[in-house]
Amino acid sequence: MDWQAFWLTIRLAVLVAAILVVIGLPIAYWITYSRWRWKFLAEAVVALPIVLPPTVLGFYLLVALGPHSPLGRWWLQMTGHTLAFTFEGLVIGSIVYSLPFAVQPFAASFASVDHRLLSASATLGASRWRTFFRVILPLSVPGLVTGLALSFAHTMGEFGVVLMVGGNIPGVTRTVSIQIYDQVQAFQYAAANQTALLLLAISFVVLSTVYALNRRVWAVWPWK
Amino acid sequence: MAVEVEDRQGVLTAQIRKQFCSSGRAFELRADFAVPPGITILFGPSGAGKTTLLDCIAGLTRPDSGRIAVGNHVLFADGTGVPVQRRRIGYVFQDLALFPHLRVEENIRYGLAPLAAGERGQRTDSILESFRIAHLRARRPGEISSGERQRVALARALVTDPCLLLLDEPLAALDAATKSMIVEDLRAWNQLHRIPILYVTHSRDEVFALGENMLLLEEGKVVAQGTPHQVMTAPRRETVAQLAGFENIFTVQVVAAHEDRGTMTCRITGSKVELETPLVRAEVGSTLRVAIDAGDILLASVPPTGLSARNVIPGRVISLEQRDVIVVAKVDCGAEMAVHLTLAARDALHLQPGRDVWLVIKTHSCHLMAE
Repeated sequence: MDWQAFWLTIRLAVLVAAILVVIGLPIAYWITYSRWRWKFLAEAVVALPIVLPPTVLGFYLLVALGPHSPLGRWWLQMTGHTLAFTFEGLVIGSIVYSLPFAVQPFAASFASVDHRLLSASATLGASRWRTFFRVILPLSVPGLVTGLALSFAHTMGEFGVVLMVGGNIPGVTRTVSIQIYDQVQAFQYAAANQTALLLLAISFVVLSTVYALNRRVWAVWPWK
Repeated sequence: MAVEVEDRQGVLTAQIRKQFCSSGRAFELRADFAVPPGITILFGPSGAGKTTLLDCIAGLTRPDSGRIAVGNHVLFADGTGVPVQRRRIGYVFQDLALFPHLRVEENIRYGLAPLAAGERGQRTDSILESFRIAHLRARRPGEISSGERQRVALARALVTDPCLLLLDEPLAALDAATKSMIVEDLRAWNQLHRIPILYVTHSRDEVFALGENMLLLEEGKVVAQGTPHQVMTAPRRETVAQLAGFENIFTVQVVAAHEDRGTMTCRITGSKVELETPLVRAEVGSTLRVAIDAGDILLASVPPTGLSARNVIPGRVISLEQRDVIVVAKVDCGAEMAVHLTLAARDALHLQPGRDVWLVIKTHSCHLMAE
């Protein structure tokens, strides 16, 4: 078992999930409450990573992160190296790739908050910020947990984008799913099985935790 | 400070123009009115634009044009308005909109954020006392009764010391006893604060129980204003909205007015049937319309005696038709009337076509309208 790849993957997934909460919340808020007529276009862009082949996404990301793009050039000037085939590049790629898995549950739970509660909050003198943090966010906890867990699990298991953007550099961009691929290529079926089982177990635990936390009817809770 | 006092004792003055849709029809809200301190009833059928009007005043909806002010505190003029957050208007919504995740105390403290902690606690305690909900402070809205929730919603709106209170049918779901207790507490509160309270309802009972003053809203227009007695006894223009739900509508002629008793005698045109109805301002000999709800008519199989109801009219059953769990009886008493009964009542009275019956109608079940 190669723990280096494992911890790298955990680090990546935690970082990406955390960043996605920070940037996903305002995007979801905007998608839910904006009255801009072309909003649907933005919604479609956010959802694109769900349907695009990872190679397509990875290709464009690679181009965008490369030294010929404005972002890549800026990064090169700032740090002295390019974004592609680095851990930072991998983080950026994963954020784009997992964005809909955070934004969509967030937006869905914002939209399910009773509109009259927001009106009540406003008539009681609360600013939009206060309404968001005191009313919308607390009532959206199930969606938050779902979005956080899905973006974590989805980042843990990504393969195509990682390979395109990060390559396969041990300790830098070599994640567990890449490792499994390598092990299979090298006919190390026992090792591949071990790693795959670990990934399966983690994903299962994460998802069942989400469903358990979001459960409303506690009457059928297993140990009670 | 002087401004503050003036604000609080201000009269709400509003001229509101707003296009809105209600059940697929487009209306224009054209409401010009003034609301003095004290309770004013805003009465009108559903879809008349009552909630839209309140939303305009609260700032949740932008009027197309007009002017809204409380005292000299202008809330909306020349197409621009003070943001909702800064209007200092208490609004109790029809569904109350209590924050389900916050405790009663936290709900009430919600609007006091700008105040210092000590002041906040003091005001919260005092309003919890006035509305008799101090024992509920640690509960959540889902854990208390509907009457208690109404009290919490009122307290939450009033604790912010608003310059105007808007109530959108807040007590519609309560029994009469609970309702009158809450209203008494509201009156007691307003004895001290003297702010205008606009109370929306579509229940006639509430109009007389609560109102010192009332506005009548129909299809987006304020069509009458005054004391409930003045407004409700004036014969009104017949509108589609008013007639909706009345199964029996007849043209009647005023035969006699009994000013001392507050009633009138009217004859259904083309028949000999005379009805005792509430008194309205109408000349003897003039023509009006009377509407009677089929559910407000009693059927008797023998001539009834010793009743308080003033109208007992003999007739004969023409037909009986079952609609779900209601039986619709058509009775010929000189005019044809529809009467709703239960299945059990039909069977107990052995009703069938051709049978002689007596219709019993209370005076106040006869709703008069100008033609």
